[in-house]
Parts: sequence; structure tokens; C-alpha cells
Amino acid sequence: MARAVSQRRKILFTVAAWSVGVLIFFPILWTILTSFKTEAQAIADPPIFLGFDWTLENYSAVLERSNYGRFLWNSIIIAGGSTLLGILVAVPAAWSMAFVPSKRTKDILLWMLSTKMLPAVGVLYPIYLLCIHLGVLDSKIALVFILMLINLPIIVWMLYTYFKEIPSEILEAARMDGATLKEELLYVLTPMAIPGIASTILLNVILAWNEAFWTLNLTAAKAAPLTAFIASYSSPEGLFYAKLSAASTMAIAPILILGWFSQKQLVSGLTFGAVK
Amino acid sequence: MSIKTKLFAATALSLFSVSALTAETITIATVNNGDMIRMQGYTDDFTAKTGHKVEWVTLEENVLRQRVTTDISTKGGAFDIMTIGMYETPIWGANGWLVGLNDLSAEYDAADILPAMAGGLSHDGTLFAAPFYGESSMIMYRADLMEAAGLEMPDAPSWSFIAKAARKMTDRENDVNGICLRGKAGWGEGGAFITAMSNSFGARWFDEEWNAQFDTREWSDTLNFFVNMMDDAGPAGYATNGFNENLSLFQQGKCGMWIDATVAASFVTNPADSTVADKVSFALAPDTGLGKRSNWLWAWALAIPAGTQKEAAAKEFIEWATSKEYIDLVASKEGWANVPPGARTSLYNNPEYQKVPFAQMTLNSILSANPQSSTVEPSPYVGVQFAAIPEFAGIATEVSQEFSAAYAGQQTVEEALAKAQAITNEAMEAAGYR
Repeated sequence: MARAVSQRRKILFTVAAWSVGVLIFFPILWTILTSFKTEAQAIADPPIFLGFDWTLENYSAVLERSNYGRFLWNSIIIAGGSTLLGILVAVPAAWSMAFVPSKRTKDILLWMLSTKMLPAVGVLYPIYLLCIHLGVLDSKIALVFILMLINLPIIVWMLYTYFKEIPSEILEAARMDGATLKEELLYVLTPMAIPGIASTILLNVILAWNEAFWTLNLTAAKAAPLTAFIASYSSPEGLFYAKLSAASTMAIAPILILGWFSQKQLVSGLTFGAVK
Repeated sequence: MSIKTKLFAATALSLFSVSALTAETITIATVNNGDMIRMQGYTDDFTAKTGHKVEWVTLEENVLRQRVTTDISTKGGAFDIMTIGMYETPIWGANGWLVGLNDLSAEYDAADILPAMAGGLSHDGTLFAAPFYGESSMIMYRADLMEAAGLEMPDAPSWSFIAKAARKMTDRENDVNGICLRGKAGWGEGGAFITAMSNSFGARWFDEEWNAQFDTREWSDTLNFFVNMMDDAGPAGYATNGFNENLSLFQQGKCGMWIDATVAASFVTNPADSTVADKVSFALAPDTGLGKRSNWLWAWALAIPAGTQKEAAAKEFIEWATSKEYIDLVASKEGWANVPPGARTSLYNNPEYQKVPFAQMTLNSILSANPQSSTVEPSPYVGVQFAAIPEFAGIATEVSQEFSAAYAGQQTVEEALAKAQAITNEAMEAAGYR
């Protein structure tokens, strides 16, 4: 009897999980489908779900008009660079907060998080002026640093949470065996925290990839990433929904594929230490 | 090698070097609409003529506005040419942020620019942006539905006729709405429409002392007329409809009339996109007999930010892109219906262009809008669907949100107007106008 109830609940939860999954994925699916329609089919009322003549004309129009490769390359450098730089800064910071905390560690952690609550537009002008004076406006290096700083609180918090799960006795044992601080970090702590570090990297690559405020405001022609690529197909005066969908699909495809292949690491990292 | 040959080679080399040295790469910020994208496709023609290369930064209109405002106010220098509108040009020109364009070459023939456009893009007699294309607004209507309703559209109709026709053309069972108008919040969306409409009802944003005027009968008449007509004959959810939503409805045969930008005429008459392409006719935007019609005036224009290092090359580009030759180039490749409209007088004198069905009505609409005197009662501002002061965009966005809430039935017209009055007066006081 108990087994039958358990089976029913299992089915119920599976259906609920799939429903939520489909609901979340539907806008992406709709964007992908729209990218294969003509502009007239894209705005048809009632909307056409699958019964349309599939066309690649939007992709060909987008590729003809825009230098997709350059936008993609800029996105890779900005998202990858800011994440790697963030990890380099955050690993020692999270280590010190997790294993040698001070009286103010909790306050510092909260203060770091509070910087995320500041509306970005509030510091647009100071940062814009800084970029002008340093000669780094419309450069990838500026965005690497800015996105690193913006995402740093999240990276530190995530790593801090993972590191707290690692017994400090293991690190003490390494120290007693004569490991230096560098060796302790590189050869003891990091390998044990690999799932956590991997998921932190993945999450931050996604955040940096999708970041649209700074990437749109600090770039022009040279350093513009895929967010600017999408923005160039949006228009309040003209129906370009199919082309916009094609551009959006091309912009999200790399990160979608990356997420798909690394979902196992992402889930194991995000649930690391969740159940004791 | 003879001396003559050596001399020839040296001269050729030096000329090549000079040309290579003066060739620049200019960066242009622009909006994503049909005419601008078409221009990007002809960049090679400009490069072939001048040697200059062009890098395009295309952005959505509102993103572009924020982006170029940040850059020009900080003298960032990210762009050598900016695509801006009639609202920004006089304000930025007055601030000294733009390079004057009064010294364009004689071949360019600046006197050929439509006076309404040149006036709206100037400050104190200096032209600060060259119009790439201009627009007004007009009525696009279904001639077949109008005939079926037993009515005949005058060339210059009144609002009472439009309301009557809208109600008669409405056929809810067949999903036909008598009229489609913008209700979407945003100063350039529903805000632009209702401001232009209010001009024809005798309303104005400010009196001569910069006091808000939303507590007047004229504004109450405007908003009540709009809401009553749209509730009876407009599409469901019109409070969130902007240009694109109405274009989509009209192209699918779901609107009897649509009052909007004249550039839409080429979309709704294009059989590739519109199911009603052969049934569309045009008329001037309506009035109420007070001497002002409800059409607006706008131009997307090219301007050079002060401080650019490539001013000469930027001017060459502007001369090329807004020239008569560019219009001829587009006409020869894509037909006269696709040339950028509303900028040059000579275009409307061209017999070939006169054959385009919406050409004359577009010109008439542009000519009937006067940014220097857009209201029945005197007002202290320049602009038809906006007041050319820096504070307007922010205030009008908030006010249009209140209006949209009234369209959606979330509050009454009177409540919306009372809030608009308070918002506007508070902002104008804070800005030091009152």
C-alpha cells in the first residue's frame, strides 16, 4: 500500500517537475520557432505553433548584416575573462573567510552582497568617466574588470559556502605535513572544492554572458558582445520579430549548449552540501 | 627610368600616401529601422567615393537614446556621427554638444531640405543635424470598409467624423476594429500620439509661465474622447498597443483606420507583408476645427558630436547619406517607394516619386505641422508631440503611464489628469521653471 502511494507521488512530482520545466523553457522554444518563420508568420494571430513553412532566411539576413563572429568572440573574452579573474581573486578571499574568520567576516560578507543592491545606473556616469580617462571605453579589458567586480560578491559567497563544508581538520593536517599556504590552497583545498568551483565558474559565465547594462553602455563598435548584437535587431518602429528571434537564438545558443553539457556539474555543485 | 617617369611615380606615390593618410574609419550610432538598415547596405558606395570606412553601432531606439546621451554629455567620443531626433537636436545644439552644419558644400544644396525639417533641427539659425528621413502622422484607412459603412473619407476629416466612422466600421464578430491607435506608455509611443491629438482639441502641456495645463477642459475633452472612442471601436488591450502592435493588426486586416507615422504607409501597402495592401487609402490627421490638426512632426537625423577627431570625414558621410544622389541611388536599386521620405523638397517635385500613392499625403502632413506654433493657445515650448526641454522625456513618460492606466480601466480619466497635473508641476518646480 505504502509502495502504491509512493509511486503515485513519484508520478505527481515528475509531472509537476516537467510542467515547470516546460513552462520555463517555453519562451526560449518560442523564440527558436519564431526564428524559422517569415515576418508575416511571426506576427500571425492566432499564433502558428508548428504548421508553418520553415525558412532560414532570417539567419541568412542576420549573418549578412552583422559580424556575428566578432560579437561572439567579444562575449567569450568578456564572460570568460571576468570569470577567471574573479575566481583568482575570490578563492583566497573565500578561503580566509571560511578558515580564518575574523570578528567582522560576517559583516564584510553582508556588505559585499549589499553592493549588488545598488542600481547599476547610479554609478554609470562615474564609471563611464573613469573609462574615458583611462582610455578604455569600448574595450574588452574594461568590461572584464567591471563584470568581474560586479559578480565578485556572488563568486565569493558561493565559494565561501562550499569551503565551509570542507572540514578544517584536513587543511590543518596538510599544514602539519609541512604544506605551505600556496600548496594548501592549490593541492588540498581546490581539488576538494572542484564541484563547487566548477559550478561557480559556470554560473558566473552565464551571468557575464547575459549582462546587458554595462555591455551596452560601455561599448560601441569594437568591444560589443552578443547583447549588443541582439539589441541591434530590436525596433519599436518596424516588425522585425523573426530576425530578432534569429539573432537571439544565435546569441543564446553557445551558452545553452555549454549549460546543457555541464548540467551534471552545475547541479552537483549547486546542491553540494545541501543535504547532510 | 627617365626623369619624367620618376617624377610621375613620385607624384602618384605621394598622392596615394595622402589619400591613405586622410582615409578614416568613422563610427556611427543608429537605430534599427528599414531606412537606416538600407543605408548600411550602401556603405560601400560611400567608401568607394571617399576612401573612408564606416563602423555601425545599431541599437534599439530607447537604448540608443540613453547610450548617445551618456556619451555626448561626458564627451566620451565613442561615436563620430549619431542618429538623433527632432527632440534632442535643438537641446544638444543649444548646449554646444553638436557641430554646426551650416557650412555644408554648395552641391549638397541645404536649401532643398524641407523648411519644417530644417527648422526643427536647428537652434538659433544653425542647422545641427541633417535629416535622413522625416515623418508626420496621417490616417491610413481601409477604403473597402469605409465604403461598406456607407461613408466617404474627406481629405481633411474632423475627429467627430473619425469617431462616427470608427463605430460604423467596427465588426466585433469578424474581429475588425474601427480604429487602432497608440495607448502604450512612453513619451515616444502613446505619449506622442495623445499630445499631438490634444493640440487639435486646443490643449497644451504648459501655459506661458510653465504651469501644467492638465486641469483644463481641453485636456479632459481630449482624453475622454479618446477613451470613449477606443472603448467602442478600438482593439482589446489597446492600452498596451504601440506602433508595432497596430501595424501588425492593420496588416492582418483587423483595423478600419490607423492614425500613425507616415513611414508606415510603405509597410501597409507592401503586398509581401500586408494582407490589405491594395485596399489602403490616406487622409490628413483629424482636427476639431480649431486650426490645429493632430499630426506630429519627426525626423531621424545625422549629427556630429562636438569634440570628434574625425569631423571632416563625418561631414562627408552626412553629405553623402542625406544627399539627392543617395535618394537616386536607392531609387535605382530598390524603387521610389523605398527612398527615405520627408527630408528634401526636390523629392516631392520628382514626377517619378509623385506616382507613389502616399507621397503627396505625406508631404501635406509634414507641411501642416509647425513645431514653432503647435498649440491653439500660446505656449512657451517648441515641438509638436513634445516640448523641446530636457525634462520633458522623463515627465511625459510618467504622465503617459498614468494615461495608459486610465485606458486600461485601472483609474478614471479625471484621476489620471489630476496625477499628470501634480507630476508635471512638481517636476517643473524642481527644475526651476516655476
